Amino acid sequence: MSFPSTLTEAMSPTAEPKSDLWAKLSEVDRSMKVLGVFFVVCALLWLMAGTVFALVASIKMHNVDFLGDSEAWTWGRVRSAHLNAMIYGWAFNVSFAVAPWIMARLCRTRVRFTNIFLFGGIFWNIGVTIGIYGILAGHKVGVEWLEFPAYVTPVLALAFAFIGVWVILLFRWRQTGHVYVSQWYFLAAFFWLPWLYAMAQIMIVHEPARGVVQALTNWWFAHNVLGLWLTPIAVGAAYYLIPKVLGRPIYSYYLSVIGFWALALFYNWAGVHHLIGGPVPAWVISAGTVASVMMVIPVIVVAINHHMTVVGLHREGWASPTIRFVVFGAINYTAVSLLGSAMALRSVNEITHFTHFTVSHSHHGVYSFFTMIMFGGIYYMLPRLLNREWPSAMLISLHWWTTAVGVTLMVIVLAIGGFIQGMQLNAIDPETETAAFEFLDVMRGTIPYMVMRSMTGVLITIGHVAFFINIVWMLFRRPAEGSDSRPTLLTPGS
Amino acid sequence: MRSLPLLFLGVFFTIASSWVGIVLVSNIQLGGLEPATPELTDAEGNPIAGVFFEDPETGEMRFGLNQEGVEAYPVPLVGAARRGKLVYEQMGCLYCHSQQVRRQGFGSDYERGWGERQSVARDYIHQERVMLGTMRTGPDLSNVGLRYSELWQHQHLFNPKITSPDSIMPRYAFLYDVREISESRGPSPNAIEIPEDFHPGPGELEVIPTQRARDLVTYLMNLRQDYDLPEMQREQ
Repeated sequence: MSFPSTLTEAMSPTAEPKSDLWAKLSEVDRSMKVLGVFFVVCALLWLMAGTVFALVASIKMHNVDFLGDSEAWTWGRVRSAHLNAMIYGWAFNVSFAVAPWIMARLCRTRVRFTNIFLFGGIFWNIGVTIGIYGILAGHKVGVEWLEFPAYVTPVLALAFAFIGVWVILLFRWRQTGHVYVSQWYFLAAFFWLPWLYAMAQIMIVHEPARGVVQALTNWWFAHNVLGLWLTPIAVGAAYYLIPKVLGRPIYSYYLSVIGFWALALFYNWAGVHHLIGGPVPAWVISAGTVASVMMVIPVIVVAINHHMTVVGLHREGWASPTIRFVVFGAINYTAVSLLGSAMALRSVNEITHFTHFTVSHSHHGVYSFFTMIMFGGIYYMLPRLLNREWPSAMLISLHWWTTAVGVTLMVIVLAIGGFIQGMQLNAIDPETETAAFEFLDVMRGTIPYMVMRSMTGVLITIGHVAFFINIVWMLFRRPAEGSDSRPTLLTPGS
Repeated sequence: MRSLPLLFLGVFFTIASSWVGIVLVSNIQLGGLEPATPELTDAEGNPIAGVFFEDPETGEMRFGLNQEGVEAYPVPLVGAARRGKLVYEQMGCLYCHSQQVRRQGFGSDYERGWGERQSVARDYIHQERVMLGTMRTGPDLSNVGLRYSELWQHQHLFNPKITSPDSIMPRYAFLYDVREISESRGPSPNAIEIPEDFHPGPGELEVIPTQRARDLVTYLMNLRQDYDLPEMQREQ
């Protein structure tokens, strides 16, 4: 085997000698080992850090005296540290682990110049670490989803540039003619994100636009991180993992084309529904509402496609940790998206806006959908990278039950609490024409839900600890002779 | 799908469409907003209702002009208020407090006394950081400067439960110096009055706001949308 010696040579897909075509998947996996393990470990550490921030922020919502005299741990900072650790730490790192690996497998190619990717990844994580420190130290930027101090964002942008270029190079090296639906999603995601991030940084942080244009840019960016980055990564991963594990082709190629383009068309207009009722032009809000409702198309299409692939194989699927997590995520993608479309309607938004209902919705999206699919991806990927099996089915089972039950309860609790909060905030006494509920009374009414939210958070934390132990155990144990020939499956009762 | 250039074009144009639509077009529409007097005039100086008037010669719609000799709003924050805004930003106040009043009939902003009028884009043109907010765990602050005194703000920041029983707002006691009353100079004139139940130690201790606390309170006292803008007249 001879590999091209220069970067330009490598970029040409035809420069490859024919003997290298159809490299075996195991060879792909071996070449991705260092990268995959690096990003999984980074993602895992950020997941744990983000969980700690989440617990502290959650407890402070009903027990203000907890760490009450610390400036660094004041609620407004811990909350931002939680969001940024989970998004830029956990979600980005796990995307860097899972998506390029699936991409490499679908391209049937051994990866090269992994140092570019690794270099980008190391700088990304240094950047996120400095950013989180900056938030706690009080250098934060007061813009949701863009809290990292201005001094660290160029590092992040540059790091992502390295990673993005490498993923596009990887695609150029592909050895197959056919391009699978997951590859479109990943390519698009790695193309969209740098644009979003660069535009948001320039127009909000470095050269601020005038007045509420900042707010519009803010929600154009923040919602698209979910819609054009996390969503394509997770949907693309589900499109790969479900047929792969179940050994059955995806239900409809045609539907997957519609689903992809409908998402690309509509999702990026949807974000401004965060400003309904606000001091922005009514036409922007209307456009955002229309786009949010049109999202029903790609969501239903993907739901049909995933469901029809799984249908009839539920028993087999239940035994596979990957399928449990991925199917849970896919179902919640449908649920959270349909709910999101409803929340963009002015009449519903009037109630849910400004309440814990929104918090419920964001956790529904980023956790029940995205994170659960990524857990499934790691359960499938790590054994293949390391060539050894998961040490404990019990820990997988614990991880599954605590997170699936925990996040579902959290979403329900916050949705109910938030809905009541919204109804009470809006209620007007017809006789006096004043608010029917005192503001402090509405706030008091939410506290039981905040306590319940902390309890579900503890449940999820237990799951994360189980996941952490299982991965560390897997990385450091020496596999016993012959014991790893069979995959770790879950028994129906577990 | 085999046509990759097509894929890339599609991916590029979809994101370009929303960037142009949401960001660029709003910037064209709103980026040129300037402070305005409560009433605008046409070219001859006659008052017009609303923001636009029709040019009698060409028939074009033109922006109204500010009345001469009348103060135009909004006015930018200066000095301590401007520094206080940074404290507001660093403490993450915007995650619980919005700064936008919605129109009467949409929510209960008007009935709660959070503002006499709807907030409009022009209110925010001087703000280098716009913090409209997306949560109302606490009340809206667009007009908080009209509602409370400076003392109320200091007590509320030192310990929110002093003014708002059961409040879940964090206390910002770290923005205050709690120190012994000087024996030679007596109590400081800057000390804030703290009720007995919440006092860190009455008699020998006093609570002095730090520079950051004073800046933050100045900023809060400057949060007020109590001026009229020409946009308001269009509603009538």
